[in-house]
Amino acid sequence: MTSADDVRFRPGDRVRVRLAYPVGHVRTPYYVRGKHGLVERICGRFPNPEELAYARSGLPVLPLYRVRFLQRELWPDYAGHPADVLVAEIYQHWLEAGDDLQ
Amino acid sequence: MDQSDAGHTHGAPRPDQDDTITYYRAMEIAVRELLIDKGILTAGDVRRQVESMDARGPRGGAAMVARAWLDPSFKQRMLEDGSAAAREIGLEIGPLKLIVVENTPEVHNVIVCTLCSCYPRMLLGLPPDWYKSRNYRSRTVREPRAVLAEFGTEIPAEMRICVHDSTADMRYLVLPMRPQGTEHLTEAELIDLVTRDSMIGVAIIGC
Amino acid sequence: MTIPDPPRSHHDMGGLPAAAVVPAEHDYAIWEKRVDALLMLLSNRDQPLVSTDELRRNIESLGSEAYERMTYYERWIFAIAQTLIQRGVLTVDELGRKIDEVSARAAT
Repeated sequence: MTSADDVRFRPGDRVRVRLAYPVGHVRTPYYVRGKHGLVERICGRFPNPEELAYARSGLPVLPLYRVRFLQRELWPDYAGHPADVLVAEIYQHWLEAGDDLQ
Repeated sequence: MDQSDAGHTHGAPRPDQDDTITYYRAMEIAVRELLIDKGILTAGDVRRQVESMDARGPRGGAAMVARAWLDPSFKQRMLEDGSAAAREIGLEIGPLKLIVVENTPEVHNVIVCTLCSCYPRMLLGLPPDWYKSRNYRSRTVREPRAVLAEFGTEIPAEMRICVHDSTADMRYLVLPMRPQGTEHLTEAELIDLVTRDSMIGVAIIGC
Repeated sequence: MTIPDPPRSHHDMGGLPAAAVVPAEHDYAIWEKRVDALLMLLSNRDQPLVSTDELRRNIESLGSEAYERMTYYERWIFAIAQTLIQRGVLTVDELGRKIDEVSARAAT
């Protein structure tokens, strides 16, 4: 496992949100889990909210990214513009390198 | 069952309920009095904090928007680092980590926090009930055009919509497009034009 | 994960079906503003006694019925109280007694 300090992804990288369903406080919404997106920017590094929620320090800080998703890939019945997007902030430990584009 | 969309009430604001006591109102009093007894806070601290939030409406956000409309290099800095830009014009934003997203003729932005109700309070004041409601939080990510229509805002089909879900540490402000016919207005007059709802993205100024 | 229908927390509502948004808002009652103030004062200090993250986690732990029944600031004051108890700033007993005392005072 890489050190939490390592910033693994860069803007433009294709990533996938891990399909995981932990108990406890997380800030990765259900609806993006398992989905592919593109890193839009690195927001910085912040203490882990999953630990802060239990009055722990949340250290070491973790990289936080804005990840952009195509709406038509998030929702099977999406009826808007095909290029409509949604951007959410996702912590690094919820991201893995995306599959090659099909 | 359709849960009440505005907290407890629909429509008109409810009167201040300080003349009745409920369990949670009693809890607020109890927690506050215990904290004061223990020397953790003073009554003055609470009063000053209430007054400070009362004084905070959307003018901070509006000031940033107006300045960006007038000064393209400020706008660029604001889009790169929203917090630094806010401080640059003298706004007191505390630890707010701000990202400003720009509306263009091609792209309309709208902000939501699906997980709770994260909101740039230091720039816009306290959020409205609808922003915190189940219906807004559930549907804006999935059918933004339909939700915007419920505010009377129509986004043409050929425009793209970008929804920002404020899931972690950043907070968001939409930079609305400057309305036509405002070239002659002063900065103060421009500030007056900018609405809170346009900075959340559910409204377009002048429509 | 291949288990079908993994559990979803009640607060994690993005994308779920819901009704039309009613663009209504109310002026905050003074008690609500005081709850807001309490969170700010307890979290923005040199030694924070409540974090926004603990607030959220305690709100998320409310069952779905309580979450829907309670108003926004009712959930907040509940979560602030829970956090202060978890942190050892308040005890369950002293908070219970004080709520009782406040209620009795209000009834007179």
